Formats: sequence, structure tokens, C-alpha cells
Amino acid sequence: MYPDELSYTREHEWIRVDGEECTIGITAYAQDELGDVVYVELPGVGAAITRNVPFGTVESVKAVSDLFAPLSGEVTAGNDKLDAAPELVNEDPYGAGWMIKIRLNDTDELAALMDAAAYEGLVNELRS
Amino acid sequence: MDAKLRQTPLHASHVRLGARMVGFAGWDMPVQYAGVIAEHNAVRDSAGVFDVSHMGEITISGPDVAAYLNRLLSNDVTRLRKGRSHYTLICNEAGGVLDDAILYRLDENEYLLVVNAANADADWDWLRAQTGHLNPTLTNASDSYCLLAVQGPRAEELLDPATGLDLAKLRRTRIRRTTVFGHDVLIGRTGYTGEDGVEIFASPEDAMTIWEAILALGVAPAGLGARNTLRLEAGMALHGHELGLDINPIEAGLAGVVAMKKGPFIGRDALTKVVEAGPTRRLRGLTLTERAVPRDGHPVTTTHGPGVITSGTFSPTLETGIAMAFVPAACEIGDAVAVNIRDRDRGATLVDMPFFSNVTRRRAKSK
Repeated sequence: MYPDELSYTREHEWIRVDGEECTIGITAYAQDELGDVVYVELPGVGAAITRNVPFGTVESVKAVSDLFAPLSGEVTAGNDKLDAAPELVNEDPYGAGWMIKIRLNDTDELAALMDAAAYEGLVNELRS
Repeated sequence: MDAKLRQTPLHASHVRLGARMVGFAGWDMPVQYAGVIAEHNAVRDSAGVFDVSHMGEITISGPDVAAYLNRLLSNDVTRLRKGRSHYTLICNEAGGVLDDAILYRLDENEYLLVVNAANADADWDWLRAQTGHLNPTLTNASDSYCLLAVQGPRAEELLDPATGLDLAKLRRTRIRRTTVFGHDVLIGRTGYTGEDGVEIFASPEDAMTIWEAILALGVAPAGLGARNTLRLEAGMALHGHELGLDINPIEAGLAGVVAMKKGPFIGRDALTKVVEAGPTRRLRGLTLTERAVPRDGHPVTTTHGPGVITSGTFSPTLETGIAMAFVPAACEIGDAVAVNIRDRDRGATLVDMPFFSNVTRRRAKSK
């Protein structure tokens, strides 16, 4: 459910760190809580995002949720496929359902992220 | 989970099926099993079954029953023939809507009123307080019935072999006493989805057996999430959203179930004034022209003044945002309006309702 090679936030985003480039999406728990995702609104390439500040929204049949930036940086890519196929967020949250890639401003921010075990602990707490 | 929430006799099955449970009108109810869109599509394309046992049932009988009901309810009870049902409203003297309901005429002097779960207790108190000099026999039958709604184009074909009647002959709005899987039930050709289908009133003791037998036919379990998207596409009102004490039925577009000429009934004087003056606002459908989902409470801007969304969702059938909204009466179908969603104006168009209904689509085809 929560791949070991990824980092996580309390806001239920996952981050794949590859040097200074990070890929960001929402976790299996987040997509399950939201239900069927119908729209994903993402910033354009070149936009600056700031840690803990909303950078987009994900909307399901039931509700809309802010996407909180887990890290600060500049957007280098967005997942255009989500426009036509938002259900990829439900079907493959860690793969085809990725949302944006960013170039990190400050690698020190990585220290605040959770590992898979810590995140799974958080989810278990929320589910109990 | 809130310990005070009530459970229907099918609760254990919902949990076993992995449903997401939510508190709704004091009941712990399944909001979804496989997912709202999958369940919605199952009902539009094939068949789905809903546990709506939280709904309230009141039986009214006795020689005075028609006179009593005709004073209590907005629709004309004298026009309701035995074995049929119609949609009706419970209004107060001010013309506000206490609840909306389906009234089934089970026998000459025996009626069954199905009301919303959220209002069931208040309705019961209201009905008992309105008998006046009449002497109807009122029974709160909510705990005597489990209600299963089997809805969708394949509902008849799948369920027919299990019933004690020829389901094809049970036409829309009809109700009959019969059996399903050998158990005594009432089956009504009614529903809240814009699809063909039936509603089965079963005893709580038999409900689980019937529910599981229906699932075994390949009918998909469907939750309150899909029930809401289906009724919204079908343009059907939900009390607390499109109807309420501060909303009169004329502005809600329900003049057709307010029988102004039938004689005195509770709310008639107030509603007569509304009809004479004309409503100041009207309930309209709107379809988003941008990628956004309108929700209850979102403000609407029109060229004739402000309005407000009463219910909104993403329509799985139309794959766009749809909503019902109160807008100034001067607005017309086809008008471009704006819905303010999270501080951004989004384009929308006023449209006729229903947004989508297989029932009306078939009816239109046969004309």
C-alpha cells in the first residue's frame, strides 16, 4: 500500500526523490478516502510551489480537496493524462496517477518527510 | 463510529461487502461499495440494489382516511386508484414543505406513506396532530418494513422469476402484495433514480435473505452516493435541499403535485397567494461549461440577480458538473450564468430537467 522507496506527508502526498527532482502524487489512502476522482487541477510548468501551501486541487464525486505542496520548488512537469483520465489517480496512485514533478529549492526540506513505516502508522491511527 | 446511529437489518452485509459507512439521518448507512461511479453506471446500464430501510413508513387506514389524507397532503388522494401510488407533499399552513413522500393506496381504505428518514419522527408527530374531528388509524410502520430498491433497465428481467407475479404487468407507480423468493412482500414499481425498477417492502426478518438472493442474481449493491447522483440526474428533489420549510412547492417546480382545486388542504391559502403573485424564484437545472463541480450552497450569478445551488455533483452519465439552483424567476432556460466555486466564477447554462432519465427517454421514444 505504501511503497518503501517513497516519502510521505501528513497531508497524504507521496514524493519520489531523485536528486533534486521530485515526483509528487497522492497516496492510496488519500484516493480511497476521496473516492472516484473526476478532476485534477495542477499548476503549469514553471510555476513556483511553496511547502505547506496548496498548489492544486483534486475533486471527486463527493468532495474537493486541496493538494498541499510537500516541498518548495519549481514545477518541471505535470501529468497531462489526468485531464482525460483522472481515474488513474484511483487506479494507480503511485504510478500513472502521479501529479507533478518539481525541482527542489532546498534539499533540507526533505528531512521533514515521513518514511513508509511512519506514514503507515499515521494511516492506521486515522482508520482506528 | 457513533454508537447512537441506528442500523438497518442489512448492516452486517454492508460491512461484509466492504462498504464505506456514514451517518445519515441518524442511521449508519452505506455511502459506497465499489465506488459511486461504478454503482451509478450499474444502475443506468444494468441493475443495482439499494438498502433504503432508513426511510419512514406510516400506514393510514379506516373509513375517514381519504378525507384526512386530502387535507394533510398536497396531491389529490381521491384521484389515486387502488394499487397505485403518487408523489405528494406534506405542507404546513405557511405553504412550506415539511416533507415529500410517496403515497401508495394498498386497498380501498388503506394507504402507505413513505417519508424521508430525516423527517420520519417529525412527520409522525405532525400526522397524529392533524386528525381533527376525523378518526383515521395511524400506524408507525417504520420498524415493520425493510425497503430494498432494485433499479435499472434489467431490474424487471432479473427479478421477475423470483416474484409471485408477472412483473411486466406491474406498470409504473403500481403496487401489489406478492412474494419474492417465497417471502411475503409489497412490490411497488417506483424509485428515485430515473430508471425503471421496483421497491420491495419486506419484513425485517426476511430482508437479509432477500437482499442476498438479489445480490446473487448479479445485481450490484449501490449506496447513498450513487442514489444521490442518480436522483440528481433525474431532476428529483431532495428534502432539505430543493424542498424545506422556507421553500414553497411552486417555486420548486412542483405545482403539478399541488392540487389547488381539490378543496381545502393544509397550506392551500398560502400557496394560492404564491400562485396568484407568481413565484419570485424558480428551481432550475444548470450544467457547467467548465471543468468544475458545483456543490450545495455555491452562489450563482445571473443577469436577473443572484441565485444559489441547492444540490450539485459530477454527473457520471453526462461527465460534467450539474446542479439544481434557485434563480430569479425571470431567468430562462438557455441563459448563461456563473457559479462561484471556491472563489472562482465558472461558466454554466440553465437547462431543462431531468438532466438524464432512461424512463423519460423511453417514454419519448414511444411517442
